[in-house]
Amino acid sequence: MITLTINQQTHEYDGDPQMPLLWYLRDELLLKGTKYGCGMALCGACTVHVDGNATRSCRLPMAAVSNAQVTTIEGLDEKHQHPLQIAWAENDVPQCGYCQSGQIMQAASLLAATPKPDDTQIDQAMAGNICRCGTYPRIKKAIKQAAGGDKV
Amino acid sequence: MNQTNLSRRQFIKQVSVGSGLTLGITLAPKSLALANEPALQEQLAPNVFVAIDSKGDLVVTCHRSEMGQQIRTAITQIIADELDADWQRVSTVQAPGDEQYGDQNTDGSRSIRRNLERLQVAGATAALMLCQAAAKGWGVTAQSCYCEQHQVVHKPSGKKVDFGELVAVAATLPVPDEKLVKPKAREKWRYVGKNIRSIDMQNVVSGNTVFGQDIELEDMLIAVIQRPPVMFTKPVTVDDKKTRKTKGVVDVITLKSASAPANFAPLGGVAVLANNTWAAMQGVDALNITWSENEHSTYQSAAEKQQLIDTAKQAGEVVRKRGDGAAGLTQADKRLSATYYAPLLAQAPMEPPAAAARVSAERVEVWTSTQNPQAAQDLVAQTLGVPKEQVVIHVTLLGGGFGRKSKPDFAAEAALLAKQTGKPVKVIWRREDDIQHGFYHTVSAQHIEAGLDDKGNTVAWHHNTVFPTISTTFSTEAESPSAGELRLGFIDNPFDIPHIQLEKGKAKNHVRIGWLRSVANVYHAYAIHTFADELAHAAGQDSKQYLQQLIGKPRHIDLAQEGAEYDNYGDPLDVYPIDTARLLHVIDNVTAAARWDQRHDEKRFLGLAAHRSFLSYVATVVEVTIDKDGQWRIPYTYVCIDAGTVVNPEHVKAQCEGGSIFGLSCAIGQITAENGQIQQTNFHNYQVARIQQAPAAFDIQIIDSQAAPGGVGEPPTPPFAPALANALFAATGQRFHELPLPLTIKPA
Repeated sequence: MITLTINQQTHEYDGDPQMPLLWYLRDELLLKGTKYGCGMALCGACTVHVDGNATRSCRLPMAAVSNAQVTTIEGLDEKHQHPLQIAWAENDVPQCGYCQSGQIMQAASLLAATPKPDDTQIDQAMAGNICRCGTYPRIKKAIKQAAGGDKV
Repeated sequence: MNQTNLSRRQFIKQVSVGSGLTLGITLAPKSLALANEPALQEQLAPNVFVAIDSKGDLVVTCHRSEMGQQIRTAITQIIADELDADWQRVSTVQAPGDEQYGDQNTDGSRSIRRNLERLQVAGATAALMLCQAAAKGWGVTAQSCYCEQHQVVHKPSGKKVDFGELVAVAATLPVPDEKLVKPKAREKWRYVGKNIRSIDMQNVVSGNTVFGQDIELEDMLIAVIQRPPVMFTKPVTVDDKKTRKTKGVVDVITLKSASAPANFAPLGGVAVLANNTWAAMQGVDALNITWSENEHSTYQSAAEKQQLIDTAKQAGEVVRKRGDGAAGLTQADKRLSATYYAPLLAQAPMEPPAAAARVSAERVEVWTSTQNPQAAQDLVAQTLGVPKEQVVIHVTLLGGGFGRKSKPDFAAEAALLAKQTGKPVKVIWRREDDIQHGFYHTVSAQHIEAGLDDKGNTVAWHHNTVFPTISTTFSTEAESPSAGELRLGFIDNPFDIPHIQLEKGKAKNHVRIGWLRSVANVYHAYAIHTFADELAHAAGQDSKQYLQQLIGKPRHIDLAQEGAEYDNYGDPLDVYPIDTARLLHVIDNVTAAARWDQRHDEKRFLGLAAHRSFLSYVATVVEVTIDKDGQWRIPYTYVCIDAGTVVNPEHVKAQCEGGSIFGLSCAIGQITAENGQIQQTNFHNYQVARIQQAPAAFDIQIIDSQAAPGGVGEPPTPPFAPALANALFAATGQRFHELPLPLTIKPA
């Protein structure tokens, strides 16, 4: 039996310990905000926070999250008004939206560790999150706005 | 806009105009109640796009697929504008696939250009009926009334009444003849032309969105399919012992293999059905299948490349000729030639294809992220052998499309498996399936030879294009580029050169070929605009001036005069001429913004390209820097677009940015085959642009225009790669005739 906390709720899991967290979130808890993009930790669409760190849930076995604190996009902010969510809207960042949960979770982790990132730090932190719509320049702007840097 | 509260849901259920999956509702079964409910008598629904409920709230039906272009917002803007609705009292539902909406195939950058006017009329019809109802009550003429912020106002007296109080009466009035309905004057537009935020924004940033991959149906199985590694091969032996022992696996089903022509039919293979996605994926990995071989089993990209190049260098079939054609080359003082090659590409939308289906004796329902719901309806009906009236295609949000999702093979897979198992089934394409079993952007070779006179003017242009055509997907007879592909940036070459000869050559296909954002414009614009830059260099002239000189004086080009078959993207030439003035104008604008003339003084490396496609004009300047290791970066990209009338400038800007970055991916990615099998599998070996490679910032200009609307989603893509290659030449002195471009360039 694996016990873990997801968005501040305790859950118990007794299935295949090798199943990645992504499928537990999506198939069992119906938390569909975390997306499947590649299954190989190459694209970042499945990014969640595990004990505060941005992590690719598609390659993370349930066995590795025993007693962990997991946050998904649904739990990032109770009212969905995290500074990044506000900045994302104000900068019209999303196009199709599919990768954006992962982008926001990755950016939130960046800002938690580096409150005022510069361009290079943003590039480094976000390099693992692919957006095929090409929203990268707006992601950059929104992160800076949320960090209280450049007024956009 | 609120699409999630209960009263709204109940309301949508009542009006039933969309009878589709409303977004923001997480689980599909709840939305089932939305379909086919009888409409309330008192609602006003004069056409399939507009409904006003008894409270007076407006429900807009979006019949085009949302894949990031914000068409749901744009269509809502257009209709809300005609009614002068209060934006807080407007909601949007998504239409299922149904021919009553007209064309729903969301490709070809035509959602606005083909729908702006008819949606304006749809909205204006409802507005007129509300005015008629108010006029009746007041005993005045409808002509003396107008809509303002969800009320009808009697102009002379200033009397006002809310839409809600008019619906019951308006609903009893005959629907006026569309020809008598006059949309608003442009200067009165309240929402069209304005930067209205996406209606789906809050759902997207909070993770409350429903894509095809997200559909949940009660008692649903998940299917993952191992498809034939080589097109049209079949499983010879299937060892599924391990698979069947995998916990959670319910069934293993061998599907019928496809044969030529591919059409949109499922490829076949072996499907593993399970209680959850992980089990299905594990089960597929445990399969041991041997496959048959066929004529495609010896397909090698390297050999094909040489063959395409050889064909491009030989005489082809002439499709357009001006002056003396290729013979004009003999009059030149100097001749230049180049041979281009561009590999196969995969669209690789972030959401791999997915569809969920439920089949009963009377009804087939499919929920899927499709660009083309009516094609999905036809294909599912045909695959299951049921009348199409029994098939309902619910359109979810699309996690990107880029042409991949205009081919609904995945919808048919889900329907087939649901029928066979008697349970709802969701088919998930893994990324590997998406990369390895796609409908690819075709591989191509081109050869261009041009001649310059003693002043450096280009006097002759001879261009041959060779590629396996998309037509091979639909016909086994197809063997050379179709008119529909040649019109994409090849036959409509705008250059004012006295002698022109354009040719096409034959090529065989060994994979399924399909549309990718901008289609043949991508490789044609690459060759033409990098070659134009070479000509400028050979002539010792500035690239911008030379390009404008090649385009020549402002004029409308008449291709018919030169024996060219050209359908102008299906729209009339009198409304959408090939207008070189507009092409010259976007070049002037973009180069001014980019400080083109100061680039040498400022030691900046810039490249330029300009291209008309999908009836819009885009010029792009890419700026590059290059470090000591030869790694290039793009600090800035400048784009100017003339798309005629635009509905939402901010979203047009976003398309210019995204379209450019898609163009970048087209220049650095490649799909190759060995022994008929695609070599790339996922994002580690199929290169797409990441944040650090993408332009760090953009300067986008939209020409303020009242011209008829052109396309927006695709036109920004074609000029990007040639502008980039020209910038890399400025920085390194090296030309790149073959794609993909190297990510680092050693100094020459």
